Amino acid sequence: MTATAEPAASQALDEVKIGGLGSSRPRVEDARFIRGRGNYVEDVTLPGMLHMEILRSPLAHARIKSIDTSAAWAVPGVKLVLTGEMAAQRNLAWMPTLSYDTQAVLATDKVRFQGQEVACVVAEDPYIAKDACDAIVVEYEPLPPIVNPEQALAPGAPLIRDDKAGQADNVAYSWEVGDKAGTDAAFARADVVSTLRLHYPRSHPSPIENCGAVADFNNATGKLTVYLTSQAPHIVRAAVALIAELPEHMIRIISPDVGGGFGNKVPVYPGYVCAILCSILTAKPVKWIEDNTGNLSSTGFGRDMYLDSEMALTRDGKILAVRYHATTDQGAFYADAQPTKFKIGLVHSSFACYDVPVGHITAQGMYTNKAPGGVAYRCSFRVTEAMFFQERMMQAAADDIGMDQAEFRRRNLVRDDQFPYRTPFGFLTDSGQYLTCLQVGLDAIGYDDFLVEQAEARKQGRLLGIGISTMTEPLGAGNSREYDILGIKMFDSAELRVHPTGKAVLKIGAQTQGQGHETTFAQIVTHELGIPALDIVVEHGDTDHTPFGMGTYASRSTPVAGAATAMVARKIRAKARKLAAHLLEVLEEDVEWELGRFFVRGAESRGVTIQECAMAAYSNMPDGMEPGLENNAYYDPPNLTWPFACYIATVEVDPETGVWDVLRFVAVDDCGVRINPMIVEGQIMGGLTEAYAMSNMQFQTYDTDGNLVGANYMDYLLPTAWETPGFELHEVVTPSPHHPIGAKGVGECAAVGGPAAYVNAVMNALRPTGVRNIDMPLLPDRVWHAAHTGDDVSGAPPFRTE
Amino acid sequence: MYPSRFRYEAPRTLDEALALLAEHGDEAKILAGGQSLVPMMKLRFAAPGVLVDINGLEGLGHHEETPGGGMRVGALCRHVDLEHSTVLPGAQPTMAAAAPLVADPIVRTRGTLVGSLCHADPQGDWASVMLALGGSVVATSARGRRTIPVGEFVVGTFQNALEYDEIAVEAVVPAAQGARSGSYLKLERRVGDFATAGVAVALESVGEEVVRAGIALTGVGPATIAATEAAQTLVGSRLDPDVVDRAADLAAAVARPRTDHRGTADYKRHVVATFVRRILTAERAPAGAAA
Repeated sequence: MTATAEPAASQALDEVKIGGLGSSRPRVEDARFIRGRGNYVEDVTLPGMLHMEILRSPLAHARIKSIDTSAAWAVPGVKLVLTGEMAAQRNLAWMPTLSYDTQAVLATDKVRFQGQEVACVVAEDPYIAKDACDAIVVEYEPLPPIVNPEQALAPGAPLIRDDKAGQADNVAYSWEVGDKAGTDAAFARADVVSTLRLHYPRSHPSPIENCGAVADFNNATGKLTVYLTSQAPHIVRAAVALIAELPEHMIRIISPDVGGGFGNKVPVYPGYVCAILCSILTAKPVKWIEDNTGNLSSTGFGRDMYLDSEMALTRDGKILAVRYHATTDQGAFYADAQPTKFKIGLVHSSFACYDVPVGHITAQGMYTNKAPGGVAYRCSFRVTEAMFFQERMMQAAADDIGMDQAEFRRRNLVRDDQFPYRTPFGFLTDSGQYLTCLQVGLDAIGYDDFLVEQAEARKQGRLLGIGISTMTEPLGAGNSREYDILGIKMFDSAELRVHPTGKAVLKIGAQTQGQGHETTFAQIVTHELGIPALDIVVEHGDTDHTPFGMGTYASRSTPVAGAATAMVARKIRAKARKLAAHLLEVLEEDVEWELGRFFVRGAESRGVTIQECAMAAYSNMPDGMEPGLENNAYYDPPNLTWPFACYIATVEVDPETGVWDVLRFVAVDDCGVRINPMIVEGQIMGGLTEAYAMSNMQFQTYDTDGNLVGANYMDYLLPTAWETPGFELHEVVTPSPHHPIGAKGVGECAAVGGPAAYVNAVMNALRPTGVRNIDMPLLPDRVWHAAHTGDDVSGAPPFRTE
Repeated sequence: MYPSRFRYEAPRTLDEALALLAEHGDEAKILAGGQSLVPMMKLRFAAPGVLVDINGLEGLGHHEETPGGGMRVGALCRHVDLEHSTVLPGAQPTMAAAAPLVADPIVRTRGTLVGSLCHADPQGDWASVMLALGGSVVATSARGRRTIPVGEFVVGTFQNALEYDEIAVEAVVPAAQGARSGSYLKLERRVGDFATAGVAVALESVGEEVVRAGIALTGVGPATIAATEAAQTLVGSRLDPDVVDRAADLAAAVARPRTDHRGTADYKRHVVATFVRRILTAERAPAGAAA
């Protein structure tokens, strides 16, 4: 496009036309998905394959007195009935978690949550396996269940983890960060202290494809191949090598197409271990496909965190300090998927976008008789809670000092000239234009006009509200100094091979679950080499054929694997330059690059294309040069990337029913350079939809007996197009100063920052009633109750059934 | 999601279907839309030995007016047929209001009104609508044919009055005693969610005076609830505000909701009263404006 304006006759290719940065090229994955030609684990069928089904505990907490499998063995077609006792003979009744705890694979002593794996059956078909599961007789001795942290801490509470030596209570971990003394001193100087208590309810990533595996142990070669729906196949290979004590070079993990992950498919689950063990024991391929209830009731959930917070303020709206205590409900096993050093993820990234001098966070995790996990559901390790807490505290504080919520943010946001900015909890934010984003959002929503409209409506008894959420978040772990999982540093990788005709294959250690890596990672190569995106195929998800990578979660693929891709492409370009010099018969120093082409400085018309260089790499390389055109790169990021977002919602609350509707939703996202704007917008809209679900309708809770409410899609609600509001998207671009192409993570911003915008809007509508907080989801009955009584609905564990 | 073993039969005639029921007794279950039965089978909450699929039967897909403002709805008439019906608007306002609120669009393309009545889920929308309208279910067996008022047809949670050898072939709405009005309101957290509470109101009026009224409640008790006293209050009235308030209170009083994750019992009762008031106030408004 710009080429036409240049006086010199540049022959650079039009980057957008060839599918480079900024091109909204259609997703290449979709061709097979919309034609029904995707290949998921369920589609994998191997000769002689058997089927596995898991028997789950109906009780939340009970001692296992006996397990009688004789009737199950008698069902025709049953090949194996596996219990914890049998797994224990192989030292596989328990396995380590990613948070240095242990988790039962199959229960031996007790069951510790409803839905826990107790036994499994392998049979000729899945119907028989299910029949035989139903025939297993387990005798339980019920124990009192614990369904929230308060009960876990109560004196005389039953000890859930009596399997762990030295574990005398139900505390899974304690952690703190920040400057306690400095924070206390700042609070002593405060004009106003704003407090807030709330509960971020348990939610579930609920990918449309449940977990599943086909384990195929070949007893002739000793090789184990596992088709597995995973976000991190290379970590799984390492974990399987460690857990199952199999040699790592004899393990191949293949993640075919993955039907959504959202953090749910990072961990190793008991079902995978069982499928592998069953394949070893039967010497047959064993397929296990989890059902919806299994997925919702036993695999990694998100959130379930309580906040007890204080903010110290001056009367004119300057934040002096923040401090809070966070309590997490971990379920029966501490199995968070998170960088090992951090016990409550990156919750201390809260307040990173505000100029807050000092802060202090304490945290404690509790064992309860609930499903284990605590995965980062579409977030960079607990930052969803961090940013929700932050933005709810911001709104409460603005109300407490009687200041307009936009003005309060304006007075405290980090200014453009303060970067890089050290946050009170030690992060270094890289860049941003926070005040600009806020203003774009306010202008888009028509902030001042809405306030007038709101005041008019109130006179007629109508409750309108406006809510703002501004936040930055740390995306793209590591660097390797601070971030590792089980000791493995959080870098990522790419391998690029350019074929003789200039077509290329890129192999990455990341793993798409719908993000469109096959589309966007090709665009990065196109940007660096000028090879049209259509000529590049992206491969991932097979540990035998892709480089080691830490996988895709926490919005780390573009920041880390994307950077590795840019770096490997630059290595290729460096070699191609030598080939170009050879072909052009000039010194390398005299060769210049423009997109898709090298040319001779001062004689622009003399040039060779990248494709000609590629052919030369195989057919006409200079003497002494190694043939071929391929390379790899391992990228260890110097810092996380810090996107910024401003989300603003307007709502109307029906005072008679408590039902609230979103009137408008404006999103301003600054995720740095956008590789494929269409995919970025899709990620934002998807995240805002999940944010809406969390704020409006979605939660998992447990009744007093430890029964899970929300173990199926009748009770656990996913929003549909019918109720999801429309979104108005805007952008600001601040390139990341340390990322090779200036990109930042974006996949999770909207799910992280979105919920507070909706909740703040409803709270703003209810402000005349004096209500300060309603816990999510803002169900109509909670809103009605709060509006009618003026009481908060806060922090109470929401277990209510009759 | 693997159901228990079952036998599948697809009879071509009603007589064949009836013979299968007679043969298999309580082992057999009729499959029409399957929108409740099939999920229950997948969860193994239901495990019928024989599934008798009646989708191949002729002459059950109808819905048509009968003289005097009545209605017949065949056992294979889908929710979507009623949603897009040209017959219902004007003639059957309560049914027309409910049709687009049943479940979600996917379920509506397969599910049937008669199947919904037979399922007898207290969350079912059509049972409330038909109860408010004073409707009935026509059941057929080898022994003959009988008509069962909806109030007697739904006998409890997931329990209907059919004998094992009977098929519900039709639902009927009787002729009206005046001009029909009314509506259906439902509070749900999401399209396709079970109702937090639902209210059906069916009125028949001569001039501005109500001559017959029916009110029924969805999802606020162990079965669909007829708010008979509330409805009776309206008869002979012109829906003046004090009458409307009394009806709303009486309807809320007969609701028997439970506190659960959809809301507290108090809240559900409040929603019932609010919905009764909203429907009746809206019905009165045009008449008031004309006067």
